[in-house]
Amino acid sequence: MAEAHVQIRHIPDRLQSRGSRLLKSWESLLVVVALLIFVANSLASPYFLDPWNLSDATFNFTEKAMIAFAMALVIIAGEIDLSVASIVALTSTAMGYAASQGLGTPALVAVGLAVGLACGAVNGLLVTRLGLPSIVVTIGTMSLFRGIAFIILGDQAFTEYPASFAWFGQGYVWWVFSFEFCLFLGFAVVYAVILHMTNFGRAVYAIGNNQTAALFSGVRVARVKFTLFLLTGLMSAVASICLTSRLGSTRPSIALGWELEVVTMVVLGGVSILGGSGTIGGVVLAAFIMGMVTFGFGLLNVPGIVMSIFIGLLLISVIALPILYTRLKRRMAH
Amino acid sequence: MNMLLKNREALLVVAILALVALITLRFPGFIAPANLGRVYNDTSILIILALGQMAVILTRCIDLSMAANLALCGMVAGLINVAFPGLPIPLVIVAVVALGAALGSINGLLVWKLNIPPIVVTLGTLTIFRGTIFLLTGGQWINAHQMSAAFKGLPRADLFGIPALSWFSVLIVALMFVVMTRTATGRAFFAVGGNPHAAVYTGIDVGRTRFLAYCLSGALAGLSGYLWVSRYAVAYVDIALGFELDIIAACVIGGISIAGGIGSVPGAVLGALFLGIIKNALPVINISPFAQMAISGMVIIIAVAVNARAERRKGRVILKKAEAH
Repeated sequence: MAEAHVQIRHIPDRLQSRGSRLLKSWESLLVVVALLIFVANSLASPYFLDPWNLSDATFNFTEKAMIAFAMALVIIAGEIDLSVASIVALTSTAMGYAASQGLGTPALVAVGLAVGLACGAVNGLLVTRLGLPSIVVTIGTMSLFRGIAFIILGDQAFTEYPASFAWFGQGYVWWVFSFEFCLFLGFAVVYAVILHMTNFGRAVYAIGNNQTAALFSGVRVARVKFTLFLLTGLMSAVASICLTSRLGSTRPSIALGWELEVVTMVVLGGVSILGGSGTIGGVVLAAFIMGMVTFGFGLLNVPGIVMSIFIGLLLISVIALPILYTRLKRRMAH
Repeated sequence: MNMLLKNREALLVVAILALVALITLRFPGFIAPANLGRVYNDTSILIILALGQMAVILTRCIDLSMAANLALCGMVAGLINVAFPGLPIPLVIVAVVALGAALGSINGLLVWKLNIPPIVVTLGTLTIFRGTIFLLTGGQWINAHQMSAAFKGLPRADLFGIPALSWFSVLIVALMFVVMTRTATGRAFFAVGGNPHAAVYTGIDVGRTRFLAYCLSGALAGLSGYLWVSRYAVAYVDIALGFELDIIAACVIGGISIAGGIGSVPGAVLGALFLGIIKNALPVINISPFAQMAISGMVIIIAVAVNARAERRKGRVILKKAEAH
């Protein structure tokens, strides 16, 4: 145990060239895995390589991936938000209630986004103002937000949505490209720009690596964290609009267990659960991988709960393997 | 430090008495000793689980897989009983406690040997354990008529006018109290959570201590698995779904700091009782059972906010002392 506290830093004689660093990166490994799964799927099932089937497959991950983009930022900043699935449920319930009162599609979207932002603000205030650990806060709000949905709905369901509302989850922009898929790509670009090209993104990394140092370098830590929780709330609302529109109904158990899949997606995408590192590109690739695996299993008639075993194993092994690998490499070097 | 803990538990006792008084105003029958006994009996499993979770949280870890572990062990207990109806129940209990400890040791090993963050490990094993139940049974239920009379009868067995289920929890509370306050392992849980670096220098193996905490929480989840399945006389994939949140809520309400190192057995017991009373009171005072989830969430947030305030105050006092020197 004592060894773990003595850090030996090896400084190489020559830094790696850009090309070799790219080849050895987590993202290139993900590309290889994605290609392998793609090939395996097309060999396993003759129905896989159909454009419309592939288009259907994207619905497996687009909604979760949109939440995962915001979650990636939160995790890079060293926090976590386990309440996202409950925000989806509460937002969906609020929109269902608004629809039952006869509101039109634009108003429903506005209601959804407002509720999502409000939920995010509750998390953000509890974490930044009261200085509470985000894991406990969001375990609490996870139960609170879905609990409110249960109080409103009980064992009932909202199903009366206006016809035009269906477009968000069922509409196609061009040929096989659904609105959701285009939205997913759009948000991928937006979040990549925010994280990798703006001061805000720099601040997120800085906070995740050393919060105190970030504070002393003039980063407004509390404000950035609050914004991040607002963003996860907002993205959960966007996902909720798409999901509700796609299903056309709301039950309080909607999106149950999504927080696990979203966190898995982020971690699989190479974001360190301890904060400070990760890229949006990795998360996009992880989303494709998880979506294709789920779709492939679906084509092979594997039940959902067995898929969840696979996702649990994936989550643990994705973190364990690099640790084992570096340990093995260190042992070989000695 | 000791004063603070005493205050907290006294505070909880006052809160619980106020809660009971409030419920009694709406429903006078609630205060009857027989009814309070029923409420305690109903909370027994939560108390046992909260004590296991406490050991883990004390070491700065968390175990989200307890409810799934419970469900898997409960299902295995049921399957054993269906396959060998004549097998003595104590043997079944020993088997599921061992299984629970083994499942907990998986969590512990991943945290100890690979340094994977506990929340990720237990989120992963949570789904794996639940999925395993499905693999074992193909989604089938085990119903009351398939279980032997002895299997179902044990938690209800009467001893000095109190059901055995309550005795189980009393026994575990006593055991955990001794472990936490009178053994080196119990001290190590506090030391590891209070200051891991200092713990290393006093000769405590931090990883091994965490591993032991996970084995303990797993074993208690295994025991609870048998108690749950035999009490409700049914086993299926989704039993105790989401119960991990209630367990953590009980700990947080009981004043166990999520940052580790602070907590006590009486605190965890009182925290569990607080939740148990709310759960039992809602139907009596005509509040929809659907409200329970939101109430637990609210209580978790309030409790953690109160705890954080108490801990922050403690930090300031130490700083002032340091300045005075």
